[in-house]
Amino acid sequence: MLAKKTVILISCIALSVGAFATSETTPEKAAASGSKAASADFRKDYHRPAEIPYPEDNQFSEAKANLGKMLFFDPRLSKENNISCGSCHNPSFSWEDAQATSVGTPMTRLGRHTPTILNLAWGEVYFWDGRAESMEEQALGPIGAGGEMAQDMEELLIELKEISYYTGAFEEAFPGEGLNRANIGKAIATYERTVVSSIAPFDRWVEGEGGAISDAAKRGFTLFNTKAKCSSCHEGWNFTDWGFHDVGIPGNDEGRYGVIKIDVLKHAFKTPGLRNIVERAPYMHDGSLTTLAQVVDHYDGGFVKRPSLSADIVPLGLSADEKADLVAFLETLSSNDTPVTYPKLPQ
Amino acid sequence: MSMLKKSALIACLCAAPLIGAVARDGITVFQKGKSFSEKAITLKIGQELLFINDDKVAHNVYSMVNGAKVDLGLQRPNQEGIMSFDTAGRYRVRCAIHPRMKMMVTVE
Repeated sequence: MLAKKTVILISCIALSVGAFATSETTPEKAAASGSKAASADFRKDYHRPAEIPYPEDNQFSEAKANLGKMLFFDPRLSKENNISCGSCHNPSFSWEDAQATSVGTPMTRLGRHTPTILNLAWGEVYFWDGRAESMEEQALGPIGAGGEMAQDMEELLIELKEISYYTGAFEEAFPGEGLNRANIGKAIATYERTVVSSIAPFDRWVEGEGGAISDAAKRGFTLFNTKAKCSSCHEGWNFTDWGFHDVGIPGNDEGRYGVIKIDVLKHAFKTPGLRNIVERAPYMHDGSLTTLAQVVDHYDGGFVKRPSLSADIVPLGLSADEKADLVAFLETLSSNDTPVTYPKLPQ
Repeated sequence: MSMLKKSALIACLCAAPLIGAVARDGITVFQKGKSFSEKAITLKIGQELLFINDDKVAHNVYSMVNGAKVDLGLQRPNQEGIMSFDTAGRYRVRCAIHPRMKMMVTVE
């Protein structure tokens, strides 16, 4: 069974969230007083979803997901047959590649850091600049992009049709349609939607296991939702609003503004989720920060001030202890996911 | 071809806070919790759509109307802006910052 349609949650753990709720104390007041009630109030916004969502026009099937996994890891999808989707979105690095920016099939450096594919099933628009409106569209983008896999799609269709296994697998996954450009995107997107981060210590704590994370991490979580303002954008169980913000990283890359000419989108990039963030260094859209401590320092006041800077980015005045607590919290988001097995590819 | 009454928009955005200044004969849409209070709405041509940002974060409402961008600009909390359409059709209105915030506007 390649894909689990239902995310295995913490259903076996008794839910006692209702017991956490407080009525009179606001989260901000509670955080200021160091009350346990603060983190309890915030936890209600971080429960994991019950199921992976699939779009109406590309519902899950095991045949699609199996085929998509093969395509995802098949280097023959690139012009020089030397890199696959999984070369940059490497499961060993939590679906990134541990480089500031990756190299494409011509072995030239790309302009942006490889984003993870973890938990994309819940996404809204795709790529750092949101230029793809669906995962199906996104999946085809790097295959044809000159600096990435640089593959001519017509040539790819010819190549894949020469591999009898693929023609049969496409027919099984897409009866009556078979192998075509759109179905390559649908198969890969279906596989990618099955890539979901597992239960982390943070999730166990959210569901009531008090000792699942350290006191430092609990303090960090409260800071995350209050003084440090992280949750203004990194919200919900996957810690993203899927929105676009200029967070003050130096550079000329205009990000989302290159897609939509709206002033607030200059230098704006999509908010990345934070699951398994320890395993996903380096950080930011350009991979310019190498540690989580550096990231916290950046948001504390190390950002570039310019007209497009997000209204939510302000100097924080965090102490050294508070910064350490934030990092301790972020470390609780690692879920030690089951290693991914590589598929045997057809000849 | 302009679908947006920009003069009305500018007047509203310059006079924050404006919550309570409901558009006459218009329809009000709130933006709390990074979500529009309406997912689909039907307007008459020229009828005003008042967007009130009663959220904790800034928003930026926009729409693409027959290939032209209609942009209400940055709306900080407690600010508002007005959009109207002078051509019948169906239009998607979205927050540029938070693309999950979207609604369909049908203009008759």
